[in-house]
Amino acid sequence: MVSIATRHNINVSGQPDGQPILFAHGFGCDQNMWRYVAPRFEDEFRVVLFDHVGAGNSDPSAYEPERYSSLSGYAGDIVAICTELQLRDVVFVGHSVSAMIGVLAAAAAPELFTKLVLVGPSPRYINDDDYVGGFSADDINDLLESLESNYLGWSSAMAPVIMGQADRPELGEELTESFCRTDPVIARAFARVTFLSDNRDDLPAVATPTLILQCANDVIAPVSVGEFVRDAIPNASMVLLNATGHCPNLSAPEETAAAIEQFVRRSTLALR
Amino acid sequence: MTPSGSEALEAFYEALLDDDAGQLYDRAPCGYLSTAPDGTIIKVNQTFLTLTGYDRGQLIGQIRFAELLSIGGRIYHETHYAPMLTMHGQAHEIALDIIRADGSRLPVLVNSVLERDAHGGPRVIRTAVFDARLRREYERELLRAKQRAEESEARATTLARTLQQTLIPPIPPVIPNLDVAAAYRPAGDGSEVGGDFYDVFQIGTGDWVVAIGDVCGKGVDAAVVTALVRHTLRAATVQHAEPSKALWTLNDVLRQHDTDRFCTVALLRLRQADGEWTGAVSCAGHPLPLLRQSDGTLRAVGKPGALLGVVDAPHLHDVHISLPPGDTLLLYTDGVTEGRSGKDFYGEARLVAAAACSFDSAEALTSAVLSEVLEFQAGRPRDDIAVVAIRVPV
Repeated sequence: MVSIATRHNINVSGQPDGQPILFAHGFGCDQNMWRYVAPRFEDEFRVVLFDHVGAGNSDPSAYEPERYSSLSGYAGDIVAICTELQLRDVVFVGHSVSAMIGVLAAAAAPELFTKLVLVGPSPRYINDDDYVGGFSADDINDLLESLESNYLGWSSAMAPVIMGQADRPELGEELTESFCRTDPVIARAFARVTFLSDNRDDLPAVATPTLILQCANDVIAPVSVGEFVRDAIPNASMVLLNATGHCPNLSAPEETAAAIEQFVRRSTLALR
Repeated sequence: MTPSGSEALEAFYEALLDDDAGQLYDRAPCGYLSTAPDGTIIKVNQTFLTLTGYDRGQLIGQIRFAELLSIGGRIYHETHYAPMLTMHGQAHEIALDIIRADGSRLPVLVNSVLERDAHGGPRVIRTAVFDARLRREYERELLRAKQRAEESEARATTLARTLQQTLIPPIPPVIPNLDVAAAYRPAGDGSEVGGDFYDVFQIGTGDWVVAIGDVCGKGVDAAVVTALVRHTLRAATVQHAEPSKALWTLNDVLRQHDTDRFCTVALLRLRQADGEWTGAVSCAGHPLPLLRQSDGTLRAVGKPGALLGVVDAPHLHDVHISLPPGDTLLLYTDGVTEGRSGKDFYGEARLVAAAACSFDSAEALTSAVLSEVLEFQAGRPRDDIAVVAIRVPV
């Protein structure tokens, strides 16, 4: 039995006794997405990074198609990580699809979380009557084809380089070289579960105070979708970033970190 | 006549002068574009404009590179391409579709590098775009071929499983006043049709046949012979009361059939009269059944006979048995005793030891034997395993 730490390539830094802040990466890459943001919290927090099963340097043998055919499988992993590391009063920061994974985790185990930060969230990507998610079903098929085309760059010769090196941390640098290359079958399944999910009805169940970080020009999660999430979660506010694109954690790490800090540190002061 | 040295030199200088930096850029054999860190296009070459059908004025300062892509490509750009570029300063051989000015799609392969300023901040992204129409068509063919191969492999596996289920009755019939159980496990991962089989069927009131056997080989050819063997046995046992005679008939059929496959069979005829089970067993090249008596003692029953399908008049014998209440008869194939762990065989001694334990039911005995043999081979048997147990309740 592989430990949860190995299974998810968990990396913990910062203050051992500090309040935990858990960063969850989205569809596409791995925990390296947080490398410009997470270190800024190490002075006060216990910073926890991990890879979703099937991504980055997670244990590939832990991937079960059945379990990960819905986002609740991923949400179960978040709860398992918190339980394993005995995390309490967790600040959860989820990017992209991990925003909804965090929503499901917080609804399932509200006692674990004190704050949710949702970066570029979307509860449903496909348009539905009056709801504008930004995509049609055909667009998602187009994405799956686009993934398919790029699988050709993922030859079986590359597989051992990318996967199964949990016991060789010295290869960390090389691993980041390939951090957006994933097993094609898993990437396709993750794309499907990400872009075909509908979590609109899960939002009102979130009791945890929530901050939405919304980029000004995000083709994946438009501003109107961010506003939808803000309005649907009872205790939520939204900050509109100047950053463009879907990954402010990479393109505008200062602005992103500052917005998170204002939300999580302010509350820390208030608690004292 | 070859050109003189001075002529060649002249041509060289002419070409060099003609191919200045501007020409190199604009007429390069690939599209070039430069964008601001946010993706806004700041410069493109003529090749890119020719490939895509846009005017310079439609692009420069007007549009971000990702906006030229198909929707799927835009998502891929945001979730993979842009992060790779930011993290590593470069991204290679990314397959994307550009939507041309006329709305058509242009499959391209894209390489990008990110130039940074003195402080390490992003300054400009340079991108080379290669027309990949022919390559993409070929790759699609490859993908389709791969998908077809995977589908046909899945179909073959399903077919093998379906075929197997017709050869192996998953649950033996319920026989009044007799406890019957069977266990079967094909070799390896179970995707191939094996040659082991068993059958339990009724001839008349209180008159039953139990057969277990092994057709040499694997796969569809062996399965065809297995089906022939089973059907022949069903017909022949109706005709002949003695098991050896039924096996003779089977031998004739195999000899006449267009196959060089042989088989082993242990055939048991059981009759119930006045509440007691008696019968006869004949073994053709097959391991002799084990009889476990109610006092726990074990012995092989039957007399070894010849393989079927090899010679015209095989030596076969009928041995009469009686099964008082509490007795159990265990029939098995050589996949049990020849199960291997390294150089070591599971062997008859281990089987006898396993069968000597007391069991509440026939099913408890078959599953205990199966799990022990599987465990001995680390869960991956090299040969099919079939086990049938018949127990007379006390």
